[in-house]
Amino acid sequence: MIKAILVFNNHGKPRLSKFYQYFNEELQQQIIKETFQLVSKRDDNVCNFLEGGSLIGGSDYKLIYRHYATLYFVFCVDSSESELGILDLIQVFVESLDKCFENVCELDLIFHVDKVHFILNELVMGGMVVETNMTEIITRIEDQNKLEKQEAGLAAAPARAVSAVKNMNLPQQIKDIKLPDLPTAINNLKF
Amino acid sequence: MALRKVKGNLERMFDKNLTDLVRGIRNNKDNEGKYIAQCMDEIKAELRQENFAVKANAVAKLTYLQMLGYDISWAGFNIVEVMSSSKFTYKRIGYLAASQCFHQDTEVVMLTTNMIRKDLNGQNMYDAGTALTGLACFISADLARDLANDVMTLLSSTKPYLRKKAVLLLYKVFLKFPEALRPAFPRLKEKLEDPDPGVQSAAVNVICELARKNPKNYLSLAPVFFKLMTSSTNNWMLIKIIKLFGALTPLEPRLGKKLIEPLTNLIHSTSAMSLLYECINTVIAVLISISSGMPNHNASIQLCVQKLRILIEDSDQNLKYLGLLAMGRILGPHPKAVQPHKDLVLACLDDKDESIRIRALDLLYGMVSKKTVMEIVRRLMTHMDRAEGTFYRDELLQKIIQICSQNNYQYITNFEWYISVLVELCRMESSQHGALIAAQLMDVAIRVGAVREFTVGQMALLLENAHLLLGPAAANSSIAEVLFAAAWICGEFAHLLPNARNTLEAIVRGRLWSVAGHIQAVIVHNLVKLFIRIVVTAEEEDDADMINEVTALLEERLATWSSSADLEVQERAVFALQLVCLVRDKRAAGLKLGPELALLTAGELNPVAPKAQKKVPVPDGLDLDAWMNAPPSESEGSGDEDLLSGGDLFFRSEEPPSPSVGRKNRKAQHISEEDIMQRRAARLQEQANNPYYMKTTSNRSSTRSSPKTSLANLNVDEIPMQAIELDVPLTIPGMTSLSKYEMVDGDGDNKKLRHKKSKKRSKRKNLALSSSEEEEAPAPLVINTDAEMPEGAIVSDDDDRDNRPLDDPHRALDIDLDSPLSPTEVLPVLHHREAPAAPKLKRSSKPASSTVDAAKSKTKKDKSRKSKKKEKNGDLLGSEQKEMALDIGASVTDSKPKPYANGVDGKKTHDDIEFWLSTSDPVEQPPEAEPENAPAAADATQKSKATKKSSKEPKKEKKSKETSKKVSKKSSRKSELNLPLVDGAPSSDLRTPEGVDRRDYEVANGHHASNATPDRHKLLAEDSAVAVSWRARPAADGLKQIRLSLSFSVSSQLSDSMTDIRLVRLHLPDTSSLALTRVNATSSDIDLERALLSPGAPVKKALTVEVQDATVPHKLRGALYYSLNGGSERVLPLKFEVSVLCCLSGAGASREAFSELVSSGALTARSAFTTSCPDISFEQLLRVLCGDGSFGVVERVQNTASLYAASLSGHHVCLLTKLKDSGGVCVDGKASDGTLLANALDVLRAALTAAP
Repeated sequence: MIKAILVFNNHGKPRLSKFYQYFNEELQQQIIKETFQLVSKRDDNVCNFLEGGSLIGGSDYKLIYRHYATLYFVFCVDSSESELGILDLIQVFVESLDKCFENVCELDLIFHVDKVHFILNELVMGGMVVETNMTEIITRIEDQNKLEKQEAGLAAAPARAVSAVKNMNLPQQIKDIKLPDLPTAINNLKF
Repeated sequence: MALRKVKGNLERMFDKNLTDLVRGIRNNKDNEGKYIAQCMDEIKAELRQENFAVKANAVAKLTYLQMLGYDISWAGFNIVEVMSSSKFTYKRIGYLAASQCFHQDTEVVMLTTNMIRKDLNGQNMYDAGTALTGLACFISADLARDLANDVMTLLSSTKPYLRKKAVLLLYKVFLKFPEALRPAFPRLKEKLEDPDPGVQSAAVNVICELARKNPKNYLSLAPVFFKLMTSSTNNWMLIKIIKLFGALTPLEPRLGKKLIEPLTNLIHSTSAMSLLYECINTVIAVLISISSGMPNHNASIQLCVQKLRILIEDSDQNLKYLGLLAMGRILGPHPKAVQPHKDLVLACLDDKDESIRIRALDLLYGMVSKKTVMEIVRRLMTHMDRAEGTFYRDELLQKIIQICSQNNYQYITNFEWYISVLVELCRMESSQHGALIAAQLMDVAIRVGAVREFTVGQMALLLENAHLLLGPAAANSSIAEVLFAAAWICGEFAHLLPNARNTLEAIVRGRLWSVAGHIQAVIVHNLVKLFIRIVVTAEEEDDADMINEVTALLEERLATWSSSADLEVQERAVFALQLVCLVRDKRAAGLKLGPELALLTAGELNPVAPKAQKKVPVPDGLDLDAWMNAPPSESEGSGDEDLLSGGDLFFRSEEPPSPSVGRKNRKAQHISEEDIMQRRAARLQEQANNPYYMKTTSNRSSTRSSPKTSLANLNVDEIPMQAIELDVPLTIPGMTSLSKYEMVDGDGDNKKLRHKKSKKRSKRKNLALSSSEEEEAPAPLVINTDAEMPEGAIVSDDDDRDNRPLDDPHRALDIDLDSPLSPTEVLPVLHHREAPAAPKLKRSSKPASSTVDAAKSKTKKDKSRKSKKKEKNGDLLGSEQKEMALDIGASVTDSKPKPYANGVDGKKTHDDIEFWLSTSDPVEQPPEAEPENAPAAADATQKSKATKKSSKEPKKEKKSKETSKKVSKKSSRKSELNLPLVDGAPSSDLRTPEGVDRRDYEVANGHHASNATPDRHKLLAEDSAVAVSWRARPAADGLKQIRLSLSFSVSSQLSDSMTDIRLVRLHLPDTSSLALTRVNATSSDIDLERALLSPGAPVKKALTVEVQDATVPHKLRGALYYSLNGGSERVLPLKFEVSVLCCLSGAGASREAFSELVSSGALTARSAFTTSCPDISFEQLLRVLCGDGSFGVVERVQNTASLYAASLSGHHVCLLTKLKDSGGVCVDGKASDGTLLANALDVLRAALTAAP
């Protein structure tokens, strides 16, 4: 069984947290923090297994993690999971993300944490591995995205346009765009 | 202006979405909290709106905030609202939020039941998928109970995606609702053979999880898993299965023997490291479970160790880590195999990765031997000097002590060296293990008598130099604990001190006020002991000055202690002070107190066994449950009685269980026995209440020995001399150093040899000998392993029980899965809350393929609703369960389940696994893989019986079609894996005479394995659409029942494979001599649930038939009703010919029983026949005669064999058959019933003449 899946960056900011056992929010944050402290002080060339932290698990649990660029992917699993198997699973997860987001980077996880969850749900369900075949996973995700697009239909077009405009403003450092700002922003475009 | 209008219209669109929220948070790094609070307000406003899009957006944002640690449970109801949206987009957001923040105690979860059920049964596969995924995260006991049925329905979904998820969810359902396990298990088991590998894998996953916690209940599945293991190529599943086998082998060593071969093959062949590693792990588990008796036992170990060495040498740190981990597992049972790789492990100690170093340390623990212990410890200590980080240093220290102390210091040959190691360890910086070192010092000092003087000398030096230990670094370490041990050892063995007065002065002058209270208390107490010792010796030597000086010194210093803030220290100091004053006064009065004082410290201490306290027997007549005082309502008189006996018991029981130190005073002549008893009781009481007193108990009977005066006189002066000579610069003068042992290492071997003999078995009685006679001997090797136990108690390990925590849900899942279901065991169905959704689908005659399932479940529901009126029980799952019950062959009737059904059937499954384990050929499994295929008969016959001549042609044709694939697959697998066919060395120790014969018979059949058909069903009837085949076997011993297994399949004559065939019912009226055991006693029909018949997936059905007379053949007529493409019902007439062979079973054949039977004269009937079968081989002959397991071969000599069968009615039939050289076959029969014999021989003769 997988007990928890955590993704955080090099500074310990959570990017995804999935607990398959109930912890309240406060405890969840503590676990993330503790896990970050355990994992972050390890060199990149040491092994990827850690005996679990004190908050989550105990002796039967292991932390298995991978470090990609700015992100740590940590799985907390019990002894029924194969260590190397979980490492492969993390790889499958990241590759699936890469396929779905086209060259995934931390920003994708920051802004689309919901999508990341949906992808993860195709891999792991309630702490048990559902699927390890990447093509199957991608097919399922694409099917569901199609479904979502169908439902949105025409109505989604303007919404997409707006979000495109909002994204345009991103480099301009406009803080949290609000409607009153929009006319000025458009005026600036000089049409 | 125009823009304004647009703004109004599109307002909703410009609401902050998730991306905006994230961006906002990033842009407000300085006042994040404030910004989020503002967003929360907006979200609350959005949640109040009616629009689902707005709500979903708000919930999506909440989910993000939840990840940041904000509690969003207040929005639970809104989340449920979003979940109930009809749009997949929103539903998915809702379920995600729910899976992140709901848990089983969330109250709104109760509201979701019907909604989730709707989603599960919905049209959209992804709706159901999302619901399953979400449910897996927040399922509660109520949800599990209410939805179990719906999840079960999804198991037969046409979509592998849903089947897969439903199977996984079952595990969560079981955890929350254990009652579901038994009814659902048969279906789960079926999923192990699902056509979709993903579903298979999921089922394996679930069963593995279940079995991990309760392995013994899943042992009977071993054959199925074995088959999967040898056939699957899915590494994920293989890993799970192999891990599962690792958990099962400890319960069944024979399983391990069977596993070794395929696992070894996998180890050789696989390129996947993960699989290789798990294989090695399981092989190790097997090797542990079967400690010996394997022919290639050592080869397997060597293979594992060799592969692990490759892993450890790999540059990949992960493999290195795992390699060490697995190596550690081999180490336990087979240390010899690992020891050659010491170099490798020691090299790992230098690894930069701490996890690897710690693993290597663990390994070293098991790798030490008498020869290597010194070297390994020396290397560890050099590591410790270099090591950075206190954690690792402490780990090293602990390991050193564990290595040395394991198994009662098994590997220590030189205790002086060990004491030196411990003293050296005291000097390591900031150790957290001071207490551990202290315990070791005391343990060695107490138990190794001959090294005591040396220890005492070292401890005295340690006390004199206490200031070095208590340097500034000591503040955050526990090293001061060592002083506890030092003081205690010096005090307790004061007679061994070179100069007690010096030590006493050293203690008194040391800066010992800074150490912890309990240490000070011990120091004060031991000052008293030292003082007594000094007084006693001084009086002997008439050295009054000495006494006076010491008394004055103590009076002065104890005064400081008697004002200590620590109560314990204060109390003891005051007591000590008074004693000192008393001595001073008495001496001033000219009295000598020496002998009296000596009594205070006389006696010998023994270590106490760890379990001694538990083992104290309850004295006779002590009833712990009885009232100690009279219960308030009782009368005075009875209360008095209780009180009396209670008092008596107190006195008796008080002493033995006392957990404190018992110093056994030598019985002084002038003190009466009673006095001693009273004093001792009082002192024990006092010590028991003293938390700082060493917790050791002594046994009052065994240790009233005199102080070891012989020891006291020994070599007292020599030891410090020696130590000083070996003094090393920069160390404390006199303090021992390890360097000397490093020099001595070389010739240490000689000494070891010299002492080997005396060491192990010599106990206390050798003590005097080794220390007095062999003066030169530096290594006293006597370890006092006797631990004090209450009289009559024996040290044992019987205290291990179920150590799972009480709230572990797996406790509830410890359920026997082999016994058949009783009719009451069904999944609950909610009647009153049926959703009346989609009524238009109800009677659609030909549902579109994508909705087949939905329609199916709807019609089922429909039916259930109808039948509800008639019969409260007849709901969907109820009847489904009953069908299952039938499948497993339980002879249950609706009204009263037969009481013995459980036992018999449980036994049968047991027999199955027994049989599987006793054979070594995995190809022989089909009977076990399909339990409804009835008893594990001792046969491998594939031929049909000749009674069915008429149906022979089509049968052959069909069978070859159906089974040729299976056969070829199996035989190819066999050749791939090189499995031993029959030559089953692995099961050699299990051979019963019966087993031998069975095996021989299999040898006979082995040549024909290629054309063997594992499916022994014979074709019964066939028309253009449906084919029915059947098989009849005795149900169980002692019951007059046979089991009909029916298999319905798509007929080979059917041209259109897309035809929708549904089985409606089976009409089978009882005859005068055959009676079906029915679910519904009033109807002669058996409902087949409109089961869908698809090509390649036959529907099976097992029926139990009661046979009145098993000596004559019977006929049974019936009909199968089915529908084609939803059209009107069609009928296929069935005619069963139940020959007497169906009622015979050869399973009980054994040589002894057979010869006894033949000679007993009970077999009155005789009959024989001879036929000519020109081209028949003896093997074929036997196969025909044995039929479908009707006869078992008892003995076979060349072309002669004796066979045996028992009939349902308890008759015996014995046959002797010969194949003559001329080609004729002669069969001689003896039986206890003539009709039976005649009928049986008739059938056999017909079969023989029909045989090719």
